Amino acid sequence: MATARVRQILSQVLDQHRDGTTLPGVLCELCARQLLVTGVGLALFTDAGHEGVVAATDQTAMTLEELQFTSGEGPCVDASRGGRPVLQPDLATTAPRRWPGFASGAAEAGIAAVFAFPLQVGWVRVGVLDLYRDTTGSLDGEDLTEALAFADAALALLLDLQELTPSAQDMHPNLADPVGRRPEIHQATGMIAVQAAVGLAEALVLLRARAFGSGRTVAEIAREVVNRTLRFDNGDEQT
Amino acid sequence: MTTDIDREQRLAATFVELADTLVAEFDIIDFAHTLIDRSVELLHADAAGLMLADQRGELRVLASTTEETRLLELFQLQNDEGPCLDCYTFGEPVVNIDLAEAEDRWPNFCAATTDLGFRSVHALPLRLRDELIGAMNLFCAHHSTLSEHDLALGQALADVATIVLLQERFVTHHEILAEQLQGALNSRVLIEQAKGIYAERAGITVDEAFTRIRTHSRNTTQPLSAVATGVIDGSISTSALTPADPTAVRSRH
Repeated sequence: MATARVRQILSQVLDQHRDGTTLPGVLCELCARQLLVTGVGLALFTDAGHEGVVAATDQTAMTLEELQFTSGEGPCVDASRGGRPVLQPDLATTAPRRWPGFASGAAEAGIAAVFAFPLQVGWVRVGVLDLYRDTTGSLDGEDLTEALAFADAALALLLDLQELTPSAQDMHPNLADPVGRRPEIHQATGMIAVQAAVGLAEALVLLRARAFGSGRTVAEIAREVVNRTLRFDNGDEQT
Repeated sequence: MTTDIDREQRLAATFVELADTLVAEFDIIDFAHTLIDRSVELLHADAAGLMLADQRGELRVLASTTEETRLLELFQLQNDEGPCLDCYTFGEPVVNIDLAEAEDRWPNFCAATTDLGFRSVHALPLRLRDELIGAMNLFCAHHSTLSEHDLALGQALADVATIVLLQERFVTHHEILAEQLQGALNSRVLIEQAKGIYAERAGITVDEAFTRIRTHSRNTTQPLSAVATGVIDGSISTSALTPADPTAVRSRH
């Protein structure tokens, strides 16, 4: 099962988390080791664009993020904007044409390949997970599946860091599927956004928090919302 | 024989219509809906869906002829058992399945499908050379047997879907495959979110919300994803999607 691997990654992240490290930082380290890439970075992206770096395994990974932050272009920027991965196994041949402002800086930093995975649930944009290599080369099919699992784990982590409770330490295993294979989850997210007069990102967090709080699955709660047996009205509801 | 000629004409029209959707900024979900709508007509089925592998180990619906929740569940169910899973796993068509005779093979799938009034099913692989990316699933309310001619036609439609989804006739890098598939699946999620928002604002079911979003997309010739985005960001008002009251003025904001 897809979510089993995501859950495993999240529990490893929680296990290895110590004072002085951050959860996103540990996730990036694990991802870099697991996928045999040189480094990994995690940046926040919203509709407004690049919102800053959350974690980076090394200085080059940090440079990769900063280059894109300052030039406003690059693989992660496109990944977030396009809502799909941007996989560049050989930057030297593709980057100068596509991202002239980013390409030279990346080459100087010794970045030869970048694989950017958007952390996204439909409209909801949270960030981008960037893997880089100092040599050219593709991710094979298994690597890709693994990278997508790390991206799902990073998404779950960032969504849950947005709320005060539950703390990530006792994250419910059912929350390990942020993408949500069931359409009701996304339909319910839309309905909750209207009911509680919040954005879709916050609606998704509310839905996940309710599942956590009641010890039930996100899909179960979502189904009740879609069937209109459960509502998420806020105090002063508007009509 | 007139029916054959009739069908040839409709087939030609279908390919023209599909080609017509392939403009520069084409919408993958729109294309998928057009393709399965026409597949249902040409192959005398009653419902159909396009399933894509999400590269995490699951099959997910990209488009289906009706968005009735119970039909969507039939697709979801096939992550455990069913013709789509077998078709995707082995890369071969699984067709002319009489549900009454398949109960041992897929007990849960058969029960749920029969419950919805279907009697036979077909599944055709979406395959590009060695790479399997999903399957097209057809449901029939009658006993349906696809002839060799039908099968070739169905597979041609599935092949068109594959080529367009990958946007490249010769995908050599699985990176491109991953970019396209993940992008398509994310568009699908966006539409589900828009269904929820509109259903809640208009006080209707999510199934009805989809019908209205799609009707609006057709009437205004905007891509489905654009209408979904408009519903989410509020640039398309709830009243704009409300079915026209014959006495009402044509447009209002």
